[in-house]
Amino acid sequence: MRKLALSDEILLKIEKPARYIGNEINSVMKDKSQVDIRFAMCFPDVYEIGESHLGMKILYDMFNRRDDTWCERVYSPWTDLDRIMREEHIPMFALESQDPVREFDFLGITIQYEMCYTNILQVLDLSGIPLFSKDRTEEDPIVIGGGPCAVNPEPLADFFDLFYIGEGETVYDELLDAYKENKKKNGTRKEFLEMAAEIEGIYVPQFYDAEYHEDGTLKSFEPNNPHAKRTIKKQVVMDLSAVPYPTKPVVPFIKVTQDRVVLEIQRGCIRGCRFCQAGMIYRPTREKDLETLKQYAYEMLKNTGHEEISLSSLSSSDYSQLKELVTFLIEEFKGKGINISLPSLRIDSFSLDVMGKVQDIKKSSLTFAPEAGSQRMRNVINKGLTEEMILDGASKAFEGGWNKVKLYFMLGLPGETEEDMKEIPRLADRVARKYYEIPKDQRNGKCQITFSTSFFIPKPFTPFQWAEMFTQEDYIHRAHVVNQEMKEQLNRKSLKYNWHEADVTVLEGVFARGDRRTGKVLLEAYRLGCLYDSWSDEFDNEKWMQAFDNTGVDLEFYTMRKRDLDELFPWDFIDVGVSKSFLKREWERAMKGEVTPNCRERCSACGAMCYQGGVCFEGKN
Amino acid sequence: MKARIKFRKYGVMKFIGHLDVMRYFQKAMRRAEIPIAFTQGFSPHMIMSFANPLGVGLTSDGEYFDIELTGPVASKEAVRRLNEVMAEGMEVVSFVQIPEEKKATGMAIIEAADYLALPKDETEEVTKEDIQNFLSQEEILVVKQTKKSEKEVNIRPWILEMEKQGASIFMKVCAGSSTNLKPELVMSALLKQTGSNLDAEADYRYHRLENYARKNEALVPLDALGTEIV
Repeated sequence: MRKLALSDEILLKIEKPARYIGNEINSVMKDKSQVDIRFAMCFPDVYEIGESHLGMKILYDMFNRRDDTWCERVYSPWTDLDRIMREEHIPMFALESQDPVREFDFLGITIQYEMCYTNILQVLDLSGIPLFSKDRTEEDPIVIGGGPCAVNPEPLADFFDLFYIGEGETVYDELLDAYKENKKKNGTRKEFLEMAAEIEGIYVPQFYDAEYHEDGTLKSFEPNNPHAKRTIKKQVVMDLSAVPYPTKPVVPFIKVTQDRVVLEIQRGCIRGCRFCQAGMIYRPTREKDLETLKQYAYEMLKNTGHEEISLSSLSSSDYSQLKELVTFLIEEFKGKGINISLPSLRIDSFSLDVMGKVQDIKKSSLTFAPEAGSQRMRNVINKGLTEEMILDGASKAFEGGWNKVKLYFMLGLPGETEEDMKEIPRLADRVARKYYEIPKDQRNGKCQITFSTSFFIPKPFTPFQWAEMFTQEDYIHRAHVVNQEMKEQLNRKSLKYNWHEADVTVLEGVFARGDRRTGKVLLEAYRLGCLYDSWSDEFDNEKWMQAFDNTGVDLEFYTMRKRDLDELFPWDFIDVGVSKSFLKREWERAMKGEVTPNCRERCSACGAMCYQGGVCFEGKN
Repeated sequence: MKARIKFRKYGVMKFIGHLDVMRYFQKAMRRAEIPIAFTQGFSPHMIMSFANPLGVGLTSDGEYFDIELTGPVASKEAVRRLNEVMAEGMEVVSFVQIPEEKKATGMAIIEAADYLALPKDETEEVTKEDIQNFLSQEEILVVKQTKKSEKEVNIRPWILEMEKQGASIFMKVCAGSSTNLKPELVMSALLKQTGSNLDAEADYRYHRLENYARKNEALVPLDALGTEIV
């Protein structure tokens, strides 16, 4: 029997001890004396969040397919255990072996959102690994980061030895082989980093120097080591059906956020919404083969015993064989007590039909994401959804028996006017009107239109990467304008408005487009006690503001500035396929309110065609 | 057709709470392809009922739950298939057919349970005499916490047997929906009486050995009420 890293006394006094004991069905146990590489794969948030993440599952499975590698999982200890580990000097451990992370060869950290950055420092700190890459010795694991935030790794540059830019399935084998080779010949840490620097897609931050202009903007970003490449090319898998997929994922004992089988149906998105980072950095759109997915569905339900299956992708309605896949899932599994959880779909007769089959119409709600209230603003952001489409979809749904609708919007988009803001509740009201057009005796009581706004945050590698943000007060003002206007609406009693806090938005904005100098704010915030910043109960804005003060970093330089078209960005050394000239074109079109067609309508020469596949070559073979 | 499953819970599984054990077995049933019945309606769920939930931190050799089957499966085959998909620390011991009547299932039939209280550190021992003195009392009054209030109750009639077994203390106590006596409560009363410095929660761990129902005046393990499916 394995010995746990934590004593019974500790485990019985903390919340949810099952977060820390491992032993789950399909977790992988190996003999550590029989492997060459021990890889600790970390999601820097609590177990229930990390254990729900598909990327973790993919990498865990992929690494463990190698006989010479044992990959284990690491999650952030919750605040109760965090305190105990510090008091009692218990080192951070991996779930499978329960061994200290510091004994591993690699600590891989997936970086999914900016507000987890202090948790990255927590994991390093509790592991006893020096926070700065430059302070690490031959005894420390190689710390490697990946995931969407790695497309601008600069705020974290000092804390990581390597970053993997792009999809994990391409060069990890090469990297692990290089590590083994270097270990065999007793090479140093530095020698390995130099080998890694030559692998496509791998970025070694310490091999680059950044210089700044007097106004604070980036002047130059140059390699300082002959092994380092000038540009890092984002890695993309071209044949999605051919790469391994985790058909035996770990089955957690406690209920996690995604307590179900997840089928990834495609990567990338053809739509080109100008605010959306995922829509740009995962280009080109690639689909998984239908027969492969059917096979996975059988295997994964059998291997996990889950009672629910869901689909994962951006804009699932664009998957060309969606109808076939969903019909198959319903016909094959519905009768066996398996829930089919549908992704948000474009509302049409097909989606309403399948939703009616798999959900209780009385209880479920329909979701639309118009993102902006006015057509003018929807054109600016290139959201190819017209008011007519929304109202038609809502009408169809109301006729089908639904009476709950959720609408998602953004506030603080570039060039937003008061009129644009006011159009948000007006649109919600027009949706409600559609409901009340149905004769009274045919409808099911009142309708409930819930609309929410989040604040827009400009992200790297989007056409809006040049956009300025606003102050916290300004964001709150915008939410108040919406709220006031809602009260003027005819059907105000059927409307409900939720808005997000603005302080986190501003911070997220700093780190999304931050440079290397913002790293010291992170460290200071962590030292002041910031942790779990994406959890509103834990988030402490005052401490963050203190961290900016203490380090002398000007927050507004990163948020309030409208970037110059010629500005060199901290992330420009990364090539994600989509070119800067395309993004510039899109930014200019946005300012003119011009819509750009999606990838299937017409190619806009974004640059992703360089990967030689996916939607760029559909129907051309 | 109804079946009763007996299982052991040990090792790190003691940290998995009752609701998660239920979820665990729902998924295990699917992995083992046991032909289990579902309720009707829009979101069907498995027909499954657990007897006498075990608290977090306790291990057990005798846990039970009942299920409804849609088709036959041999006892041996079911035990084998379930054990192939178990996590370490869970072991299915038996799978038997039980009578169809409604009152034959679940919590209602539980009458008693056996526990061991295992000292974590064996230096300061409770002696045989301590237990004899403890049991010789007509009344053992303890304060029992309920959800709404505290009340003093006499637990002596609910202690059916108690003795030393090596360093551990064995007890058979009343269990079930009418009277459920927790072993921690018994130990805390005993330690109080002996004037020990030990704490019933911190210095002992508890292991359940068996759950009993009554059959012809005798206490029998729950799976003795069923028959092997061949």
